[in-house]
Amino acid sequence: MPTSTETAPDQAQHTHKPVKELVSATVRFCGDSGDGMQLAGTQFTNTSALAGNDIATFPDFPAEIRAPRGTKAGVSGFQIHFASKEIFTPGDRVDALVAFNPAALVTNLVDLVAGGILVINKDAFDEKGIKQAGYEESPLEDGSLSAYQVFPVEVTRLTRLAVDGLGLGTKESDRCRNFYAMGLVFWLYDRSLEPTLRYIEAKFGKRPEIAEANRRALKAGYNYGETTEAFASQFRVNKAELSSGLYRNIMGNEATAYGLITAAKRSNCELFLGSYPITPASDILHELAKHKNFGVRTFQAEDEIAAVTSAIGASFGGAMAITTSSGPGIALKQEAIGLAVMTELPLLIINVQRGGPSTGLPTKTEQADLLQAICGRNGECPVPVIAARSPADCFDAVQEAWRIAVRFMTPVFLLTDGYIANGSEPWKVPDVKSLGTIEVRHPGPTANGDVFHPYARDERLARPWALPGTPGLMHRIGGLEKQDITGNVNYEPANHQHMVDLRAKKVANIALDIPPQAVDGPAKGKLLVLSWGGTYGACATAAREVQAKGGSVAHAHLRYLNPFPANLGELFKNYDKVLIPELNKGQLRLLIRGEYLVDAVGLNKVQGKPFSVYELVNKINELLA
Amino acid sequence: MSTDTSTSLPVLTANDFASDQEVRWCPGCGDYSILAQMKKVMPSLGVPREKMVFVSGIGCSSRFPYYMNTYGIHSIHGRAPAVATGLKSSRPDLMVWVITGDGDGLSIGGNHLMHAIRRNLDINIVLFNNRIYGLTKGQYSPTSPLGKVTKSTPMGAIDNPLHPLSIAIGCEGTFIARSIDTNIKHLGAMLKRAAEHRGTSFIEVYQNCNVFNDGAFDYATDRETKAETTIELEHGKPLIFGKNRDKGIRLNGMNPEIVELGKGISEDDLLFHDERAPEPSLAYLLSRMSHPEFPEPIGVFRAVDKPVYDDLLNAQIVDAKKAKGEGDLNKLFLSGDTWTVT
Repeated sequence: MPTSTETAPDQAQHTHKPVKELVSATVRFCGDSGDGMQLAGTQFTNTSALAGNDIATFPDFPAEIRAPRGTKAGVSGFQIHFASKEIFTPGDRVDALVAFNPAALVTNLVDLVAGGILVINKDAFDEKGIKQAGYEESPLEDGSLSAYQVFPVEVTRLTRLAVDGLGLGTKESDRCRNFYAMGLVFWLYDRSLEPTLRYIEAKFGKRPEIAEANRRALKAGYNYGETTEAFASQFRVNKAELSSGLYRNIMGNEATAYGLITAAKRSNCELFLGSYPITPASDILHELAKHKNFGVRTFQAEDEIAAVTSAIGASFGGAMAITTSSGPGIALKQEAIGLAVMTELPLLIINVQRGGPSTGLPTKTEQADLLQAICGRNGECPVPVIAARSPADCFDAVQEAWRIAVRFMTPVFLLTDGYIANGSEPWKVPDVKSLGTIEVRHPGPTANGDVFHPYARDERLARPWALPGTPGLMHRIGGLEKQDITGNVNYEPANHQHMVDLRAKKVANIALDIPPQAVDGPAKGKLLVLSWGGTYGACATAAREVQAKGGSVAHAHLRYLNPFPANLGELFKNYDKVLIPELNKGQLRLLIRGEYLVDAVGLNKVQGKPFSVYELVNKINELLA
Repeated sequence: MSTDTSTSLPVLTANDFASDQEVRWCPGCGDYSILAQMKKVMPSLGVPREKMVFVSGIGCSSRFPYYMNTYGIHSIHGRAPAVATGLKSSRPDLMVWVITGDGDGLSIGGNHLMHAIRRNLDINIVLFNNRIYGLTKGQYSPTSPLGKVTKSTPMGAIDNPLHPLSIAIGCEGTFIARSIDTNIKHLGAMLKRAAEHRGTSFIEVYQNCNVFNDGAFDYATDRETKAETTIELEHGKPLIFGKNRDKGIRLNGMNPEIVELGKGISEDDLLFHDERAPEPSLAYLLSRMSHPEFPEPIGVFRAVDKPVYDDLLNAQIVDAKKAKGEGDLNKLFLSGDTWTVT
């Protein structure tokens, strides 16, 4: 059996065809859920990252585990944008589309650029497949694809040939098809097979025949590109000029989990996660459960309410307490979040937003839970809210969320979304030593006879985090209104007013503890684009594009949604107009208008999809005109 | 005492466990008796006050933590078992008590109660059962009998009542007992045994709400009738009851039946209680015996040893550290492929 690396084609030596250099390219693999499109995309991503490109990815998969094969409901896709310059989005339009069947073609073709490369698994375009996709006749024959460079490849047949003799059944042979397609695309973009060969060895090493089949399929696909007359040229995207350092590729949920483990270490707290599985948040639970050697305790609760209340119990005991969920789960947690506000315990509530309302679009993205986070509880119940802007940024956002939670003794919402949770990008690995500590204070035992006041406050209005087990600090907390300082149950009118004001003031004070809002672009001008969360990449790219053409536009991206940065109101005065693009019906806009009386314009999209850069550029230009 | 680092414990009394808060249950409420027994039992456990935490949900019973001079958290409707799960999982050094009621524990919190018991976390759950909603002023509860007329059931309740112990046994609880608020000696003994059990202990306490459901358990507390209407369970002993201890419970096939001793029936023919039976079937059978057909058992229905959730959870941490070494952030960050940009 050949070893994995020796026979791998060396891209530089074997290439006989001309190579076209590109600044960036976007490739999408799509097929049936089960065809291995996510794996193909992930491998291509890793390889591109290792080749030094800047990358951004966007997996898009159906909510059904296995919809009937060949139907539009079952199409799964993975998009990778890779570039020799800094990029912020997985790309608007696709330069090369690999479609494994007619259903995948019909649902994805709309995003392929005119003249784009279309690799099609010809074998899947039989009568049944064509009909299932809703075509009258084969799109390969009716001329409807004439605007693209179409490469029909018999992926199924050629894969079977490649693995012939290994004793695999048809089903097992066909499972290697994604490796064949990968090989072909790797050749097309002049990528090394090495990382994927290493992956095959690590993943299938214990099943040599499967490993060998995948290796053969991968190489056969690569060689097909090299030898067939079909492809006239290869493309190359050179290394990006990223700031120097050590990088790895990271997905948003993974970065969130790493961030949590790191924040626990930095604050010297034991990590406790109470969670109930829900898409697209579950991967945070899965990732954390792998790292028990960090002292991580994960509790898969019986429901969302148990998830959050168990975290509150753990927080009372001194743990770094976290609950992770998505919108519908957060809705169930809200009463308990009110309890955390009342008991003034630190707690992280992570909402990986998805399309709503109710069960909504479980695997699609939206940022429509902002008002849920800010206003979704009974009574006057302020909770700080911050949002991550990109996959790697989830790591930093967690650090900030936990810093605020323990500094101010309050639950904190961290909003991410399905788009950044499942997307990936290069992450400059932080130097662990430079991360420093997050200060946590617990009062020590009192002298005999001293009365402990659980609701006495420090200069930031935070109450003491007194831990059970500490002699002399015995106290009782709960959801009933508490008397200032003593923490005894108290229903007096003036006390309630005072405590409501106090809790509001405490959260408002966070504005003094966070950086002022920065702006990318001119400090004064015609238009300010104000964004938050996962729309960062598209907004930043669009604003820079317009700036490059001389447009008077600046971009401000909010990390802090409650409270807003102290200088935000002043910023608005420097621009004639404010545009707030959101993947909702205008939730931030409502808050900004209410708070600052600014007549902000919205750009609102609720299609389960992120913004395209061109949508934003068009709107910006319209407002500048 | 705070600076005293010696391990010897100060001698405490029931009074040391009383908080400075005024107890605000209705005069004559059965809760007072349970509170008094709890305060009395606590000093005998050899656990420092600061290591004890009382967790509750919502309801009259759930005000309990405010009245104990320990740590406490009065949480939200039905969720006390979940709060306790997070606390005990991350702080195995604490002794955690959950105080709940029939509405709180069986209705809004039924889910959490069930899962806490089946996980066998090392906590103690005391469910005050008064068969009524007291705090919300008199609606029927999951344990109210069929036909119960209340504010929300003017024509009588049409829901079949739950039997708390049947549920706890169905969840394969490892310590399950029943006591009565006015039977203070028995109640104290049950609380102590619960405290000493490793794993989840679940005690149902018949508790009188003298405002909204007065006398619900008169049959079990009345001096005149209690010998005939209750039966005290003792491990290894036959099930005998009656003023003259002349009646017993015998198994007829799968069913219990009341028999009179003498007339050819001896103690040896009776059902012998085995609280350590590995299968919960016997305990379940006992939990099905209810007034007026049968005397209602009080005492320990079941007490078995099973692996404890918080032990297992914390053992996994120890094992993971042994297998993979203490968590190292650098290693974590650099797992998978990396590349350097210069």
